[in-house]
Amino acid sequence: MSALAHVPTGSGQPATPPAARSGRYRFLPYLLLLPGAAWLFLFFALPLVQLAAASLYDPSGSLATGYALTWAFGNYPDALQAYWPQFTRSFLYAGMALVLALLMGYPLAYAIAQKAGRWKNLLLVCVVAPMFTSFLVRTLAWKTILSDNGWIVGLLRDVHLLGPDGRLLATPVAVVLGLTYNFLPFLVLPLYASLERLDYRLLEAASDLYASPLRAFRKVTLPLSMPGLVAGTLLFFIPASGDYINAELLGTPKEYMIGNVIDSAFLVRLDYPQGAALSFLLMAAILAVVFGYLRKAGTDEVL
Amino acid sequence: MRTPLRPLTRRGLLTGTLGSAALLAAGGSVAGCGTKAATQTEAGCVSEDLSGTEKKLAFSNWPQYMDVDEKDESKRPTLDAFVAKSGIQVTYTEDVNDNNEFFGKVQNQLAGCQATGRDIMVLTDWMAARMIRLGWIQKLDRSKLPNVDANLLPSLRNRSFDTENQLAIPWQSGLAGLAYNGKVTKEIRTVDELLTRPDLKGKVTALSEMRDTIGLLLQSNGHDPANFTSAQFDDALNKLKKAVDSGQIRRFTGNDYAPDLAKGDIAACIGWSGDVIQLGFEDENIAFVVPESGVMLWSDNMLVPNKATHKGNAEELINYYYEPAVAAQLAAYVNYICPVKGAQTEMEKIDPELAENPLIFPDEAMLSKSRVFMALDEKQEREYEAKFQQVIGA
Repeated sequence: MSALAHVPTGSGQPATPPAARSGRYRFLPYLLLLPGAAWLFLFFALPLVQLAAASLYDPSGSLATGYALTWAFGNYPDALQAYWPQFTRSFLYAGMALVLALLMGYPLAYAIAQKAGRWKNLLLVCVVAPMFTSFLVRTLAWKTILSDNGWIVGLLRDVHLLGPDGRLLATPVAVVLGLTYNFLPFLVLPLYASLERLDYRLLEAASDLYASPLRAFRKVTLPLSMPGLVAGTLLFFIPASGDYINAELLGTPKEYMIGNVIDSAFLVRLDYPQGAALSFLLMAAILAVVFGYLRKAGTDEVL
Repeated sequence: MRTPLRPLTRRGLLTGTLGSAALLAAGGSVAGCGTKAATQTEAGCVSEDLSGTEKKLAFSNWPQYMDVDEKDESKRPTLDAFVAKSGIQVTYTEDVNDNNEFFGKVQNQLAGCQATGRDIMVLTDWMAARMIRLGWIQKLDRSKLPNVDANLLPSLRNRSFDTENQLAIPWQSGLAGLAYNGKVTKEIRTVDELLTRPDLKGKVTALSEMRDTIGLLLQSNGHDPANFTSAQFDDALNKLKKAVDSGQIRRFTGNDYAPDLAKGDIAACIGWSGDVIQLGFEDENIAFVVPESGVMLWSDNMLVPNKATHKGNAEELINYYYEPAVAAQLAAYVNYICPVKGAQTEMEKIDPELAENPLIFPDEAMLSKSRVFMALDEKQEREYEAKFQQVIGA
């Protein structure tokens, strides 16, 4: 991040205006916080605590007789033992989708930000436009695209990438492709925002100093786009690893991710303690991944 | 250039601790010490009937489960006729999309003996059985349902979850059996063929609805889905597991198998008669098969939940829909199995071809092969459902 040091970022701490410190505006910031804080408390903090309580219910309880809060921490290892394959699968698929999305998304964001000229806005609209239709509809569309009798599968069979009975639907490939497609904009948009601010003169300076294009990319472009890259990968990875729609519609039971298991624990099997324990495990795992990642790739602009 | 983490100040520590404690306390008081029992009793949860003074009725049903006028989709001929005849204003809402989802929607009210704002809701057998078991459903007055007594199909009477026919009255019924697309594969006759025939490998789906899939497998093993043991269940499940492990079964579906079957992405499946008839109208290659070993009969039932204040009006509507002429008019639109005897004769006046269709008016031979899945208690339900979900992957 050495390049950043020479660029004034404007994010330095401005001195607090003295007027805000005293007088009748003192409580204004808190008042402004109130709606958001109340919202978070009611719809995030409370349900979260309730979910935590549910994850510690006596697993032998039932709907008919009620659940007792017995601090049954054993629910956690039990849930993990029963469903660890789905856990690893979730992170594996989300990781593979993330790699694919980076390979496509970074050049895309770069092209839109630096090379698109007057097409910039149109291209941005193209990235965002699919979000105007529902997530479900977009995923269902992929069923048609990847259909056994569709032209993509036909083409792949003709060039012998797929066997004569091969298929894409109902395979891990379809699920990873679906994840990649559905969450791509979340990666591209923050990346675009970072790359758009990239000062082209810095690249010129790099080449004046005999940096090869690759080296200029590594030493200038990449570090400067780090905030967008970190934000984008997180925005991509977190929902992708918790997703269950893609596995449900494009996959088979063998591709089910942890989201599918939680869905069925709450709605079908009515095993509330297990569902809650799994939700918390997922949250914990994601938090661990995120913190580990931020420490490594750390940028102060995200946190 | 990484800024070091801000050192933890005493103030920060205090705020953090206080905040977390407050959050825990607030949550703890909300969560209480676990949940109360959801079971209600007739004596403990008494519902008032205001039908005498309020000519109103709130009716929750599944989408496309009520006849609409061909020219004007906002008109519902049979329902409008009921309103005109009885003077009862019916608020008809299509808000049941999934049994489990709907259960989640009304669960908190019914568990606490509170009104759901619905007088009739239509739910499938097993969900009806669960709600009856929990004591959430009001008993109907049979003396006000003469048409039901006279016309309900014999195979739908005295079901294990409603032995007196006074809690759950079928709205429409259907079969779960086999279906195939003749363009992609040759005819299929038995469940075993579906699960083992090599040319179908990876082109088969089964229903994620445990009672339908396992029910058919139980029958294919020569067991009775209306009365089976835990060991017989395990047999059927193992058979299913083999088919999943070998890759024969591609996935488990809800209604979404229909477009895949139509496209030919899947060649054969376990499916529902109503869907398959609809597909058959559009493409004659698609056919529904009643396997030799037997077929599952299910119903969606009209239930009057606790604290619904218009039970009398509800009984009037239920009785009205068991008039053969009305039932025929409805069946001509929805194409499910009509639970009303005598509707077939009425149907001949509307559409003779539909009157001949055994998937709307099943004949004796078919009815004798059809079984209703037995009612499970909560422990069994959870155990079986958990085992089944393990096999289907969740």
